[in-house]
Amino acid sequence: MHLIESGNVAAATGVKLSRAQVIAAYPITPQTPLTEKLSEFVAEGSLTAEYIPVESEHSAMAVCIAASSAGARAFTATSANGLLYMNEQLHWAAGARLPIVMCVANRGIGAPWTVWNDHQDSISQRDGGWIQLYANDHQQIIDTVIKAFRLSEIVSIPVMVCYDGYLLSHTYMPFEAPDQDRVDAFLPLFSPKNKLDPDQPSNFNTVTLPDVRPDVRGNLAPGYMEIRHTLHQDMRNSMEVLKDIDQAFLDAFGRGGTPFVEPYRCDDVEHVVVCMGSLSYHMRDVIDQLRSEGVNVGVMGVQLYRPFPDQAMVSALSGKRSVMVFEKALSYGNQGALYADIKSALYNVDRRPLISNHILGLGGREIKTQHLYDAVKQACGNPETLGDTPHWIGLKCQAS
Amino acid sequence: MERERIEIRWHGRGGQGAITAAKIVANAAFESGYKGVVMAPTFGTERRGAPVFTSLKISKNKIYDLSPIETPDMVVVLDHTLLEEVNVTTGLKKGGLLIINTPKPLEAYDFEGIQVAVADVTAHALESNLPPGVVNSGIIGAFSKASGLVDIERLAKAVEDEFHDKKPRRNADAARRVYERTVMGGKK
Repeated sequence: MHLIESGNVAAATGVKLSRAQVIAAYPITPQTPLTEKLSEFVAEGSLTAEYIPVESEHSAMAVCIAASSAGARAFTATSANGLLYMNEQLHWAAGARLPIVMCVANRGIGAPWTVWNDHQDSISQRDGGWIQLYANDHQQIIDTVIKAFRLSEIVSIPVMVCYDGYLLSHTYMPFEAPDQDRVDAFLPLFSPKNKLDPDQPSNFNTVTLPDVRPDVRGNLAPGYMEIRHTLHQDMRNSMEVLKDIDQAFLDAFGRGGTPFVEPYRCDDVEHVVVCMGSLSYHMRDVIDQLRSEGVNVGVMGVQLYRPFPDQAMVSALSGKRSVMVFEKALSYGNQGALYADIKSALYNVDRRPLISNHILGLGGREIKTQHLYDAVKQACGNPETLGDTPHWIGLKCQAS
Repeated sequence: MERERIEIRWHGRGGQGAITAAKIVANAAFESGYKGVVMAPTFGTERRGAPVFTSLKISKNKIYDLSPIETPDMVVVLDHTLLEEVNVTTGLKKGGLLIINTPKPLEAYDFEGIQVAVADVTAHALESNLPPGVVNSGIIGAFSKASGLVDIERLAKAVEDEFHDKKPRRNADAARRVYERTVMGGKK
């Protein structure tokens, strides 16, 4: 069934179809309409779930951790400073290997206060052990939410589904909502390997000594470092799982096929623009225009950011003349995080492209098609001169 | 960068339902074969009574550019008093269309190079037994008549669907009533 709704409603519809059992959330712009919609679904009885309104995002994640530990399919959503307020619990959820799914309607971080879009909020959480997926439009939002539950429950790692605040969260466009019975066939009920069970009491995530030691049954138990090593290995291995899930989704629903990166007109091109979220789709208009003028350039969206799909980057970008990374976030005092990650992935390739970094759209600064066109055209014209320092697009004056 | 598409800007006051009106047109346009419809409200600053606007882009192909409309083909105004506060014709293309809910006659408006259409949507909606101030269903009729873009019966159906739990028939009736009574100025 086709719907024309906001991105937040697309996300809520995906959560409903995924039959989330516990939802805990605190309102924050621009995420709020998503959890409002879920509370409506629960109130009208179309979604059978426990909706727990909490007093903060920290508590929202704490409730999800408790619910997931007890074996329930748990969901929350937030943005910006709300995500940061969860920080401690985010790390806990990942370390505890709980398959929680969370939507992040991407928003800039205060101070100064902003409610508008950039990617600094979720990018700042890249090292916490959560899988991060980015959606480019409403169809990808609803599809990614459904895939995220299956992925997180197979690999026992929480998943963030990120989409641009306002640009997607509050914009209306058509998308297909799959039938419930087909989603049920794709996403079986959550049956955790370990859960809190009064009949089988156990301790979870107690103080773990630096060294290994025998457990209560006399078996060698991993220490903190082994547990963290396993998290890392499982994160890396989750890429293969995501690939299989994406294929299964494609077979079932006819959509997908690009689990890691989504190239557009990138075959045999000299230059590739790389970006995340709706910007990678907006850039398609610019690419079409430049191609019609004879500039040999394509664009590639990054859909999986953590774990970082380095092999997919190498396959897509090795041998190109230049790569331009356009980002709505940066690691202050250094460079864009995505840029640094791509540069690192390309370090060992034989035919290393020139690479440049372009920062734009922070705090909702409008990204005009003309600005993108000018920046890409100029960068394609002389990629040798761009250097390693981020280029800021659309600055209008200096802050005093 | 311009692909073939129609851009419509909707001006209203917070709470007046400009977003809902644009969403109804988006639905009907999609149903009638426009695969690309994107509707983007003013972001972040909605307050009841304050001037707001919504951008609606319609195209035969998927729309990738989510940035606000700068040069609309049409402008729809849900409240004529906004003309005193907002320059609603900003960026409106030469030969573009301006549709106004107003009690005033067509002669009260003169915009260089712009075709104007007027209807007293507020009054006609009352005749359709809607509560005072409900204009976002009636304005759809003026839009259909003036733009010729989407058939009135398809739009009336979309109005009924959107208002399925809020007097659907009266709202659809308002759209049809306004359609019949919209007065068009000449092309300039």
